[in-house]
Amino acid sequence: MTIYNGACKGGKLSVSNVNLFYGEFQALRDISLEIPTCAITAIIGPSGCGKSSFIRILNRMNDIITGARVEGSVQLDGMPIYDKNVDVVDLRKRVGMVFQKPNPFPMSVFDNIAFGPRQHGTHNRIELQEIVEKSLRQAALWDEVSDKLGQSALALSGGQQQRLCIARVLAVEPEVILMDEPCSALDPVATLRIEELMRNLAKNYTIVIVTHNMQQAARVSDMAAFFMMAEDRAGVLVEYGTTSHIFTNPKDKRTEDYITGRFG
Amino acid sequence: MLRISPRVNQKIAWAFIWGGGAITVLILVVIIGYVLVQGTPNINLDFLLTPPEGGMSGEGGISTVIVATLYLLGLTVAILVPIGLGAAIYLAEYAPDNRLTQLIRYGIEVLAGVPSIIFGLFGFALFVVALHFSFSILSGALTLVCLLLPTMIRTSEEAIKAVPYAHREAALALGATRWQVIWRVLLPTALPGIVTAIILCVGRAIEETACLFVTMGGCKSMPTSILSCGRSLSLHVYYLATETNNIKGAFATAAVLIITILIINGITNLLSNRFQRKMKGAT
Repeated sequence: MTIYNGACKGGKLSVSNVNLFYGEFQALRDISLEIPTCAITAIIGPSGCGKSSFIRILNRMNDIITGARVEGSVQLDGMPIYDKNVDVVDLRKRVGMVFQKPNPFPMSVFDNIAFGPRQHGTHNRIELQEIVEKSLRQAALWDEVSDKLGQSALALSGGQQQRLCIARVLAVEPEVILMDEPCSALDPVATLRIEELMRNLAKNYTIVIVTHNMQQAARVSDMAAFFMMAEDRAGVLVEYGTTSHIFTNPKDKRTEDYITGRFG
Repeated sequence: MLRISPRVNQKIAWAFIWGGGAITVLILVVIIGYVLVQGTPNINLDFLLTPPEGGMSGEGGISTVIVATLYLLGLTVAILVPIGLGAAIYLAEYAPDNRLTQLIRYGIEVLAGVPSIIFGLFGFALFVVALHFSFSILSGALTLVCLLLPTMIRTSEEAIKAVPYAHREAALALGATRWQVIWRVLLPTALPGIVTAIILCVGRAIEETACLFVTMGGCKSMPTSILSCGRSLSLHVYYLATETNNIKGAFATAAVLIITILIINGITNLLSNRFQRKMKGAT
């Protein structure tokens, strides 16, 4: 496994004994895993097993759902993110998120990318232009939209919109990028482009991706975590390890059944 | 029992529906057409630029009336929009789903159904008498604000709520604060809807007569400040028609009023169409 390079060393996010509740309902039970730096960690599992709920724990997006409650400890570089004096805004700057459906704002391409930096206090036009170009290049979108920066982002194709959303996250210069089934609304060609992009980004960023596509997990990820629903419908972590290990030599019978397509 | 064959039945239904539609359009065309035909020949630059003379003859133009109307609309919008928008944002984004919120919503529903003369009486008692604003454009504007708040709040709340949830999520995930989400994402996205709400209110303000009758005084002099008394276009029509012999002038003023309303409605439709398209993702 060659997932660590350069300054990227060790674990980024450390999740231990996490329980998630929506009101009375327990959505996740006793999840513990270490997410390595500068690598792609895939969260796989059948529908409804709490994959999306899990990554929303990592940037506290569950906070906006009334009745959601998290127990246990989640640490980002050793900092407990559910601590009382943690600034959620700062946390979300460090841990960005790309959603299932491309969700560009109904603004120009430029304003979409500049949105984050502007929120965080950058207003200098030249600086913003640099950030926008850099982010779009990183997201492999610059060549396609460099002459359309003033046009509405909604006029782009679905795949372009999703890369725009990735660029929008990159503009904030996060350390971790969470991706919630980022390709499920895209065609195969656009999906491949996003996967390529993810491989490139993984050189500098820690990526956590939720996917229900086994091939995708096998293609792009370094680590894989297999989630399942327990009998009381709470999501549990069945097995976690390197992707090659999970896909070629799973320890748990349930993992094997799932990846070989016997259920799910 | 009388039996009607489905065929005849169909024809009767068709006649009813078609007749209903035709009558509606006919009434509209007749009223607007009649006013325009009677009024427009008497509209000229002179009519628009000279002050009304007053007295039984009711001669003269409508210059001071136009100025008073602009004063009134400007002041009304300036007070209405911040309050209405604030309430709409609160209801759409902050209000918890509890008894108090239900009570507020219920209050807004009820206010929307209260006849405007009741608002006039309230405005008279509060602004004209108790607060000593006397008969003035300020009293009139404040009364109109009370009258229009329900429309303003409900329409802009709908516009804010129509912004897809995904935009809120995206902005929050980028590290925006709740206020930044509202200010930078929700309001710009909902702006065409909010503008529609404002124009709708301006349209109603310009039509309103009864509640202004008892709050604005109806003097024909040129207003000099918001504490001057004044006469809006619709009030002027009322005065000319009831207290003078100048029925021509009344129709000319009414024609000006109707043309203004038609223009305002046209702009509203244009904006709301654009809003719909924007929400669907076209540019």
